[in-house]
Amino acid sequence: MAERSILFEPDDKYNAFLRVCNKPSYTEGKLAGVAVAVKDNISTRGIETTCASRILKGYVPPYDARAVELLRNAGAAIAGKTNMDEFGMGTTTENSAFGPTLNPCDTGRVPGGSSGGSAAAIAGGMVQMALGTDTGGSIRCPAAFCGIVGLKPSYGRVSRYGLIAYANSLEQIGPMGKSVSDVSTLMEVIAGHDRHDSTTHDRPYTHTPHADIKGLKIGIPQEYFGEGVDPAVADVVKKAIGRLEELGTTTVPCNIPSMKYALAAYYVTCTCEASSNLARFDGVRYGPAADTKRSWHEAYQEVRSAAFGTEVRRRIMLGTFALSSGYYGKYYAKAQVTRENIKADFNRIFKDVDVIAGPTMPTIAFKMKEKSDPLSMYLADILTVPANLAGIPAISVPCGKSEGMPVGLQIMGRMFEDERIVDVAYAYEQAVN
Amino acid sequence: MADAEDQVIVGLEVHCQLDTKSKLFCGCDTDYRSDGPNTHVCPICLGLPGAMPSLNKKAIEYAMRVAKALNCTVIHESEFSRKNYFYPDLDKAYQITQYDKPLAEGGYLEIESDEGGERKIRLTRIHVEEDPGRLVHMGNVERGKYSLVDYNRAGIPLIEIVSEPDMRSPKEARKFLNKLRATLEYLSVFDSEKEGSLRVDANISIKGNERVEVKNITSYKGVEKALLFEVTRQKNLIRRGQRIERETRHYLEARGVTQSARSKEMENDYRYFPEPDLRPLRVKSWVEGIVLPELPDARRERFIAEYGCSLNHARTLTGELKLANFFEKVVASDPKGLSPLAATWIADTLIGELNYRDMDLDPVDPESFTELVRVLKAGTITDKSGVDVLRVMLDQRLKNETRETPAGIVARLNLAKTDGDTGAITAAIEEAINENLKALEDYRAGKGGALNFLVGQVMKKTRGKADPAELNRMLTDALKKREA
Amino acid sequence: MVTEKDVQHIAELADVGVSSEELGTFTHQFNEILEYFDLLDTVKGDAAATRDLYNIMREDEVEPSLPQEEVLRNAPAQEDGFIKAPRVM
Repeated sequence: MAERSILFEPDDKYNAFLRVCNKPSYTEGKLAGVAVAVKDNISTRGIETTCASRILKGYVPPYDARAVELLRNAGAAIAGKTNMDEFGMGTTTENSAFGPTLNPCDTGRVPGGSSGGSAAAIAGGMVQMALGTDTGGSIRCPAAFCGIVGLKPSYGRVSRYGLIAYANSLEQIGPMGKSVSDVSTLMEVIAGHDRHDSTTHDRPYTHTPHADIKGLKIGIPQEYFGEGVDPAVADVVKKAIGRLEELGTTTVPCNIPSMKYALAAYYVTCTCEASSNLARFDGVRYGPAADTKRSWHEAYQEVRSAAFGTEVRRRIMLGTFALSSGYYGKYYAKAQVTRENIKADFNRIFKDVDVIAGPTMPTIAFKMKEKSDPLSMYLADILTVPANLAGIPAISVPCGKSEGMPVGLQIMGRMFEDERIVDVAYAYEQAVN
Repeated sequence: MADAEDQVIVGLEVHCQLDTKSKLFCGCDTDYRSDGPNTHVCPICLGLPGAMPSLNKKAIEYAMRVAKALNCTVIHESEFSRKNYFYPDLDKAYQITQYDKPLAEGGYLEIESDEGGERKIRLTRIHVEEDPGRLVHMGNVERGKYSLVDYNRAGIPLIEIVSEPDMRSPKEARKFLNKLRATLEYLSVFDSEKEGSLRVDANISIKGNERVEVKNITSYKGVEKALLFEVTRQKNLIRRGQRIERETRHYLEARGVTQSARSKEMENDYRYFPEPDLRPLRVKSWVEGIVLPELPDARRERFIAEYGCSLNHARTLTGELKLANFFEKVVASDPKGLSPLAATWIADTLIGELNYRDMDLDPVDPESFTELVRVLKAGTITDKSGVDVLRVMLDQRLKNETRETPAGIVARLNLAKTDGDTGAITAAIEEAINENLKALEDYRAGKGGALNFLVGQVMKKTRGKADPAELNRMLTDALKKREA
Repeated sequence: MVTEKDVQHIAELADVGVSSEELGTFTHQFNEILEYFDLLDTVKGDAAATRDLYNIMREDEVEPSLPQEEVLRNAPAQEDGFIKAPRVM
C-alpha cells in the first residue's frame, strides 16, 4: 500500500503533547490521513512511550498496542503522544512528570484527567480525535471538563494489549473526539476481539449513530444529583435530560444503593492492581538504570523512589498494604463483592430502563492546584467509577456550561450496548446544534 | 525402621518443565538451550509494559494428563493468581501461578517403600505456573559484583506437584522423585534430560520438631544428598539438646550442604490476588476424554507377565521410559528366547557400565545390543568375555570411534570360547593340578574352596575363554580321575 | 491505624523508598484513606466475582521472538547478550 505522510506542526499552548510526530505516515483506509493523538500509556512501536513518568523515560516499545495497530491499518496518522497523569493516576493531568496540561477553555483550570492531554489536543483544535484510557473516568472526566465527547467502551470490547496497565480489571482504551460521529468512527476502528487480550469479547462495533431515540426509557439515579454534586452542574444536566425528554424519551427515577461503597471499592481495586502492575519498573529491562553494584532491593528502591511521582508511590503503597498478609479479605475481597453488588444494582435498573443518565463530573474543571489533598481528589471520581466497576459502557457529551465552563452529560448503558448510548449522545448533540 | 523418636518426615514440592513447543503465555519457542541469551524472548515473556499473557492450551492439557495419571481431582473452576516479589530474574516482578484455586487436588503416587512392597504417597495439589528467567552471577553468589539475566527461560510452563509429608526417609524421597519422573515421561509431557527441567523444594522434619524447608535442589541425586545432610544436621542438633528452627535453607549442590537463607527472604509476603488478565478455567469435563498411555506400574507388571522378568528387573527396566523402550526393542525379534538374558544384561550389567562411564543410553543402539545378547545366548563366549565386549562397545561409542559389531570384537580379541578345543583345556587342567598339589589334597580333604581355586587357575591359563560350567565339569572329572 | 513504622514496612515491601520527611505526611494520608476504605467492612453479601468468559486459551504454536538487539535496546546495561541487573544475596 502506498505510504504517504501528513505535516503535523501544532501550536501546543496547552502542553497537550509529550511528543509530536511532525511527519506521520499514513495509508489508505477509513481514517486515511486523519491525525489521531494517542495517550502516552498506549504502546507505539518506535515512538517513546512514558506514561508521563520518569521511570519510562527513553522507553521505545518494540511493538504496537492492538488499538494502535488497528489505527494504522485504518490509515490513521499517529500525530503524537498525549500528556496524562502519571500512569493514569489522577483526575487533573497535573500529576505528569513533564508538567501539567492546561484546559483550552480556561488555561487557569485543569483539563481533567487522566487523559487530559488527549482532551486538550481535541478541544484546542490540534486533532480531530484521540485515544484515551478510562480506569475510573479518565476519558469521561477530561471530555466533560474540556467540552468534547469521550466514550468508555464496555469492558472487553476494545483490546488492552499494549495499554500499560494501571488497573487491568477496570480500564479500557476508548475514543475521544470533537463530535459523537468522530467518537463512533474511532470506536469502529479499535473495537473487536483480540487473541492477545483474553478479556476481549467477539463483539465488533459497526454502527452509524442514529438520532431517533423516541420511546427510550432513561433511568435517573438519585445518587447522581445528591450530596457532593454542584447544584449548578446538576441544573445544567437536568436541562439536558429535559431535552432528551423532548426527543420522545421518558425518564424514570432510580437508585443505586451500592454506590456508597463504589469509591472505596474502586480505590482498593485500582491500588491493589497498580501495586502489582508497577512492580516491574525496576530499572533493569527499561527505564533509568538501577545501580547494578548494589543489592537488588536497595537498587530498586533507589530508582523507584527517584523516578515515580508522589501520587504513584502513594497508590503503590496503598495497594501493597491492602494486599498484604491478613488484609486481603478486608479490602480486595470486599471490593470484589461490592463490584458484584453494583453490577446487580445496574442489572436491576436496566430491566426497566434502556440507559442511565446523569452528570459526568460533580463539578466543573478545578482550578490549577485546587485539589491538593488526595482523598478529596479521589472523591471527584464518584460519578464515573460505577461504570468501570460494573464494566458497562458510558459516554460523556457536552451539555452546556456552568460559570462559562463545559459540563458533561454522562449516559451509561447495558453491557455491550455501546451503540445505544452513542445514539443517545448523538441525538442530544444533533438536537442542540 | 528407625525408632519413632527419630522418625524422619519428608514432603516434596516438585517443579517440572512441561514439554510444550511454545511458552506458557506467549509464542516463544521453548527450545532455547543451545541458543544465545535473550533470543527466545518477546514483549510478553520480557514483561514489557502493556504486554498481556495468553494461555497455552497444551500446557493445561499436559497438566490434566498428569492429574489423571496421579489420581487427582480436577477442580471445577481454577484460576491463575499473581505471586508478587522482587527478584532480577522475574521479569514482571510477579509470577503468574495458581494459588487458592489450583488445577487439581488430592491424588497419590505409589513407590516401593524401604520395607519393600508398594506405598502410597499422597499428593496435596497440582498447579501450573511460569518459570522465571535465569540469573548468571558474576563472581560467586555471596560476593557477586552484579547479575546477568537471560530471559529465555522466563515463561516456560512448569507443573508444580506438592506431596503430603508422607515420605519417611531421604531414600523414599529419591524413589518418589524417580517414580514421578518416569510417570511424567511415560505421559510424554516432560523431558528429564533437559538441563534444569526439574527443581525440588523439600520439607523435612524429625518427628516432634520444627520443619525445615530446603530449596534449590536441581538434580535427582541432589534430593537424597540434601535430605541426608539435613537428617544428620537435625539429629545432631537434637542430640546436643538444641532446638531446630523453622526456617528456609538453600541446598548448595557443589558442596552438598544446606545453608540458612537470610531472614529477609523469610519475611516474603507474596500478596497473591487473581490475575486480572486471564479468565478462569473450567476444564474438569476434559478428564473423561484423556486416554492415558501405559504407565510404569502397568508396564512393570506386563514385563513380569510377558517377558518373565523378575520383580527387581522389571522395576529397574520400567523405571525409565527410555530403558523400558530399549529393552523391548532388544528382545523384539525373539521375545521368548532373548528376554531372560536381555533383562539381566540390561538391568544388571549395562546400567552399571553406563553409570561407571557417566554415559547416556542414547548412543547404544538396540540392534547391536541384541547381537551381543544373541552371541551370549549361543554360548560362544563366556559371561566375562561378554562384559569385555560390552565395554569395548561402550568405549567406542563414548569416544566416537568406529563401531565394531559384537561378533567383530569377539573375533578381533579372540574371545571365542575354547570349548571346541577340549585339548587345550585338558592340558591347562593337568598343568594347574600339577602346579597346585596342595589344592588337590585340600579337595580330597573335602575343602570346597579348593575347586574354586583351581577353576581360577585354569581360567587364567585359558584367558577366560573356557566356559565356566563346562570347565567345572571337566575339572571335577579330572580330580575324580586322580582320586581313583 | 497505621503507624510510621507500618508505612516504612510497606515502602520496603513495595521497594519504593520513603524519606523521613515524607513519612509523617504519608502516614497521615494513609490513615485518612484507610478510614474511608473501612466503609467496605459494612458491605453485605459474599458474591464471588462473576466472569462471562472461561477457558480462553491459544493453541501451542511457536511465533517469532524479538531479535536480541530489540530485547536489549531498552535495557540500561547489558553484557554479552545478557541484561545486567543488581547483585543478589
